[in-house]
Amino acid sequence: MPAQPLLQFTGKSIYCSVADVHIDPWIPVDLAIITHAHSDHARGGSRHYLAHKDSEPILRLRLGADISLQTVEYGEKFVINGVTFSLHPAGHIIGSAQIRVEHKGEVWVASGDYKLENDLVCTPFEPVKCNVFITESTFGLPIYKWRPQQEIMSEIDNWWRQNKREDKASVLMGYSLGKMQRILKNIELQDKVLYAHGAIYRLNERLREAGFDLPELTLVTKDTDKKLFRGSLILAPPSVDGSTWIRKFAPYSLGYCSGWMALRGAKNRRAVDQGFVLSDHVDWPDLNTAVRESGAEKVYVTHGYTSIFSRWLNENGIEAGEVHTMYGNEDENEEEETVQDQTAAAPQSEDEDLISGTNNLNARIGETEA
Amino acid sequence: MKQFAELFMNLDRTNKTNAKVELMKNYFLTASDEDKLWALTLFTGRRPSFKVNRTQVKEWAAEEAGIPMWLFQESYHSVGDLGETISLLLPRSPIQGSDKSLTEWFHYLNMLPGMTDIEKHDHIIQAWMQLSQHETFVFNKLLMGSFRIGVSQTLVVRALAEATETDSNIIAHRVMGQWDPLQTTFETLILDKGEDDNASRPYPFFLAYPVEGDVSGLGNPEDWFAEWKWDGIRSQIIFRNGELFIWTRGEELSTEKFPELHFLSSVLPEGTVLDGEIVSYTDNRPMPFSVLQTRIGRKNLSKKALQEAPVAFIAYDILEVDRKDIRSLTQQERRAQLEQLHHSLPVQPFFLLSPLIQFKEWNELHDLHPLSRQHAAEGFMIKRKNSTYQVGRKKGDWWKWKINPLSVDAVLIYAQKGSGRRAELFTDYTFAVWGDDGKLIPFAKAYSGLTDVEIGQVDYFIKRNVLEKFGPVRTVKPELVFEIGFEGINESSRHKSGIAVRFPRILRWRKDKKAEEADTLENLKGILETYR
Repeated sequence: MPAQPLLQFTGKSIYCSVADVHIDPWIPVDLAIITHAHSDHARGGSRHYLAHKDSEPILRLRLGADISLQTVEYGEKFVINGVTFSLHPAGHIIGSAQIRVEHKGEVWVASGDYKLENDLVCTPFEPVKCNVFITESTFGLPIYKWRPQQEIMSEIDNWWRQNKREDKASVLMGYSLGKMQRILKNIELQDKVLYAHGAIYRLNERLREAGFDLPELTLVTKDTDKKLFRGSLILAPPSVDGSTWIRKFAPYSLGYCSGWMALRGAKNRRAVDQGFVLSDHVDWPDLNTAVRESGAEKVYVTHGYTSIFSRWLNENGIEAGEVHTMYGNEDENEEEETVQDQTAAAPQSEDEDLISGTNNLNARIGETEA
Repeated sequence: MKQFAELFMNLDRTNKTNAKVELMKNYFLTASDEDKLWALTLFTGRRPSFKVNRTQVKEWAAEEAGIPMWLFQESYHSVGDLGETISLLLPRSPIQGSDKSLTEWFHYLNMLPGMTDIEKHDHIIQAWMQLSQHETFVFNKLLMGSFRIGVSQTLVVRALAEATETDSNIIAHRVMGQWDPLQTTFETLILDKGEDDNASRPYPFFLAYPVEGDVSGLGNPEDWFAEWKWDGIRSQIIFRNGELFIWTRGEELSTEKFPELHFLSSVLPEGTVLDGEIVSYTDNRPMPFSVLQTRIGRKNLSKKALQEAPVAFIAYDILEVDRKDIRSLTQQERRAQLEQLHHSLPVQPFFLLSPLIQFKEWNELHDLHPLSRQHAAEGFMIKRKNSTYQVGRKKGDWWKWKINPLSVDAVLIYAQKGSGRRAELFTDYTFAVWGDDGKLIPFAKAYSGLTDVEIGQVDYFIKRNVLEKFGPVRTVKPELVFEIGFEGINESSRHKSGIAVRFPRILRWRKDKKAEEADTLENLKGILETYR
């Protein structure tokens, strides 16, 4: 056993000191392995990034086209300074991965954000056996129990149909990355034309260019004829709520897709017409299943109901500790995202640096096996 | 039950008044008369008690959900509503809802009071197993919850009036007072056009709007009466069939709470209804509300409390004379009737007439207004001489012109999550001022007064600046300063600060001030001296 734990919580990232590698750092580092492209996990400014190949189009859109990024397949092993890394499906959003880290027979898994239900968009979650499992706990309370995806999708279908009958627009809010692709893949597309806010439109275009099978969206602009919105579905990020942008759709019904919609309080506070309980995070039963299936003897609980879930695990015979991280602010970042998206400029880096940086990265990631 | 649960969830979901009225109206048009009566019972806050112990119900729910009690409590803190928490925690029933009607569920619940604990346990769990999640939630609300769903009585009345095509003032009157869903029917209560046999039934209160802009905007001063706005409890005193009833504004029958006023049953003529204010009254003068506060809310009135805070009734309107509803007479005519009644009675120390303030120009009122607190009043009531007595809050004829609240700048030091609409957000705050020793001393709790955006910002700050946890309470880094307004101030031995303020609320967020610049306890005591 090494003197230091294989992965450490340094207050800047989940850090592997043997390999000098940071997982989802929230400050710029030399080499960052990224679990997924949500902005609370993938932050700009690091010299080199490594992520699953499906994350590439989004990371380049959000962090800059010319970031130094190496991608891998799920299950592909690579060794840095004697530590073996591999990425495994997390089922959270496109390209999301659990990071498996192995050194001297000890295995740790940093799972980032994940869910067990197959959303038909990203590669479904696969349990990875490990000694130590690092898990999120966004919905780590027994009050959170998701209903099957198809039930929620029918609710959305019915809501849209009802609005159509009343000649109203259906404005559906949800995170641009994850939720929107999931909705587009799973609802019945009642119209040929689907409208979208810029943040969602640009992301969708980029994913389509990268070869993802997603329907074409139509960007809402100042010049779009307002009559066309009647009966249509308009996809928007949560930040549009209360903005002037949304007024052009009147008369409209406002829907919101989020796990938080499971509670009346949250739903009423949002003052939406319809809350759809849909989340890309694990609910309570699946959280427990994931921990069990990892076979881990020690669990670290990050962002969410950390103290509650770790106490629960400890009482049920699994050693657990809570960890404070900067993850779990998707909501806030989503608000910023609409602004950022428009000005998405690459972090300043000089060409020379970039080239030498890439070399350096290749040098450090020694052998690569499939 | 399906239909009622659906109504409940739909009402809960919208905050548009018209949509709410429409939903209730549809319910009143389609539900059975029996169910309508029960729905009305709930909407008007008359939920019967089934004598269940909440702690027991929590334990049974935790047991069914297979979780320890601490995890149940944590869940409850997050949800903020007990009935909803239980509905989310119970194993999901495969059943898509119950066929029993709302009335049948009430009868089911009505069996509880006679049962042993074990029988109650089985009875309740059996119900949970038959209900969908939403229905379980509504069932739990019937079982033990306060039934608040953001529907005011005015809206219920409007919906019922539209559904039954009856004048809303008649409906408003009919749903008031004491009635028991087990003793009456929807037919008798709402539809019966016959003689009103409910002796205790009060009239809906006429409520005033705040004056908009300057009072001179109301026009010719000659058209208006002005009175002090008394700082007490709005009340209606009814004397019918030889019996006295005292109703307070919260539609609570409070006859027993004011023994000083019971003599009225021997002096008032049969069939009289008075509108006025119950105030604390010592040495022939009204006292601030804080004195009255010491005895309201007490279950048993001790002799000492009665001696220390005696009350009087200040009448300012008369609604029924000789069993006849006179609300359609003008303010001036009713005032004449009230004065006539008062003068006809021997002088009573606890039954007073609210004096009219003589004025010819609005300026005279302006001069008097700052003296309100010296009269133990909160400002003026301005009433149009030729107005009728209306139902609820109506604009145009009754105005209140209140004095500015007292205020200090205070520091946010504790926070707690709200409930219902504000569950999961830190919205309940405790504020402090600086003591002599340079320590912050808590003096008031306040919930309202911030916009949703500000609530979000404060919540964001709190979640990142928690110093300590005590159960649901968080100690917060003392940094944010708010201007806290309040209506009254009094000495208090129960509070660390030695001061109790009445109706504290946030007037505004002083982003321009640092914590060090907040007010001191010394400042607060100064206000106390000035206004005592």
